[in-house]
Amino acid sequence: MSATAEIATVEITGASKRYNKVDAVRDVGFTLNAGETIALVGHNGAGKTTLIKLMLGLIRPTTGQVRVLGEDPARGDFAVRQRLGYLPESVSFHLALTGRETLAFYARLKRVDLESTDTLFERVGLAREAANRPVRTYSKGMRQRLGLAQALLGEPRILLLDEPTSGLDPALRRSFYDLITDLRALGTTVLLSSHALTELEDRANRVIIINRGLKIADGTLDELRHIAQLPTQISVRLAEGIDAPDFINGSAWRRTNGGAWETNIGAADKIALLRDLTAEPSRLAALTVAEPTLDDLYAHFLSGQNKP
Amino acid sequence: MTNILIIARKEIQEGLRNRWVLATTLLLAALALTLSFLGGAPTGNVGVNKLDIVIVSLSSLTIFLVPLIALLLSHDAIVGETERGTMILLLSYPLGRSEVIFGKFLGHLAILAFATLFGYGVAAAALAVSSPDIGLESWRSFASMVGSSVLLGAVFLAIGYFVSTLARERSTAGGIAIGIWLFFVLIYDMALLGGLVAARGQTVPPMLLDILLVANPTDAYRLLNLGSGSASALSGMSGIAGHTGLSAPVLLAALLLWTLVPLGLSTLVFSRREV
Repeated sequence: MSATAEIATVEITGASKRYNKVDAVRDVGFTLNAGETIALVGHNGAGKTTLIKLMLGLIRPTTGQVRVLGEDPARGDFAVRQRLGYLPESVSFHLALTGRETLAFYARLKRVDLESTDTLFERVGLAREAANRPVRTYSKGMRQRLGLAQALLGEPRILLLDEPTSGLDPALRRSFYDLITDLRALGTTVLLSSHALTELEDRANRVIIINRGLKIADGTLDELRHIAQLPTQISVRLAEGIDAPDFINGSAWRRTNGGAWETNIGAADKIALLRDLTAEPSRLAALTVAEPTLDDLYAHFLSGQNKP
Repeated sequence: MTNILIIARKEIQEGLRNRWVLATTLLLAALALTLSFLGGAPTGNVGVNKLDIVIVSLSSLTIFLVPLIALLLSHDAIVGETERGTMILLLSYPLGRSEVIFGKFLGHLAILAFATLFGYGVAAAALAVSSPDIGLESWRSFASMVGSSVLLGAVFLAIGYFVSTLARERSTAGGIAIGIWLFFVLIYDMALLGGLVAARGQTVPPMLLDILLVANPTDAYRLLNLGSGSASALSGMSGIAGHTGLSAPVLLAALLLWTLVPLGLSTLVFSRREV
């Protein structure tokens, strides 16, 4: 953790937003710090985009408070937006203009030197030839790169990326995350929203899960794993001629269609069970240990919300 | 102010790229040239200045075409960008919503002004070459006709933005825009004429007539260009013009008001709109 880690860039306290009797966001509060990469995860319609719009100052909270770099983003001369980069979900541009003209337009609005746009094209991997073509001819991936380029204009201190990797091919996604890693080193707060935790491939050092407008989890992935106490799944295939082993005691074990034995075990008892299992290696033909996936974790927090 | 110019510049850039500028300029120039030569033919040489006839025919052309072009340009300006998803990104930049509207207005007005000046200018130049004995007075009325045509365009651009900020969908905005065009350009005058005919015998109070005339920007424009000088005799507007006390400054003020009020309202609505 760098020294800048504890500088708060975004502070949201008790924010709620109502649209025509529908609560898009209910009493959400969190603080984002410089140099953090935060994943904002939730189903479609859970309130992710509403939260991002609140941070951009595009909408005002019905109750509560939003502070970005110490200011209310919806008030004043919007100077705080100069230090913000935003990539909307399924970004779109004016089709008749070229990529270069588009980026120049946004650079002028942000009062950024036009010469820096060349380096930006390079950084997001848009070729010089592509930049001079109308956006109409762009593929989805190229539009997303152009969208990222405009978000990076003026070296923002906060980057808000709404579903940035949906629809990108794996190679593109990787270069996208590499870029974000570089930004984190510079102390930029990067907020990524996604509808699936697996999309984020462990890139975020903090995860905020929201569901139906409520924040239901907030912490590092390890912390969340710890809170969730999800069992590890262990499955064994026995060697030929060994039946009904003695260590399979109780009803915790079940037989799968493939003929293997399976059980779920909590973190506390996992090591002891593994020791028992491997005490006589000759009995086993195969052993698989499956740690809970990000999806399992996500599902756990979503289902947990329905309980009081 | 800088932001307004940046937006205006982009609108012009887009207009050039998607051939809006080219199409409207060519259309206006072609129609203006046709009208100035065909329209001038039947009068022969009866002492009527050729340019005066052109002013009458071009004003009528303006009343039909300029509001239509202006509404086509403007009705999509806000709702279209919202629907295509470019608006949310634009609004996340450090600029006010009124700057978005004023910038677009300035850009579209520049496109419209260019098309009008160039299109009608070509007709005027052709006329100046073919008949050099046109007086200064006629040229002055011609210049004021072109100027007020741009102003009429501004009126309908502003009305178009208001529609565009209110509508939730592009198709709705388009429908309303066409309705507005039909109302102001065709229906209103027919209804007014019908009313005047029905009121035969009783005199319509001049005050009421004045209000009815400035309540429609195209009528204010018509009166401004055809209500005085030699053009009024040609256009048959002298009858109405004689009954109203509306002077050119009042008519100009009405057109300006017709621009500023819808523009102000659209800024107000757009600033409150949640995206």
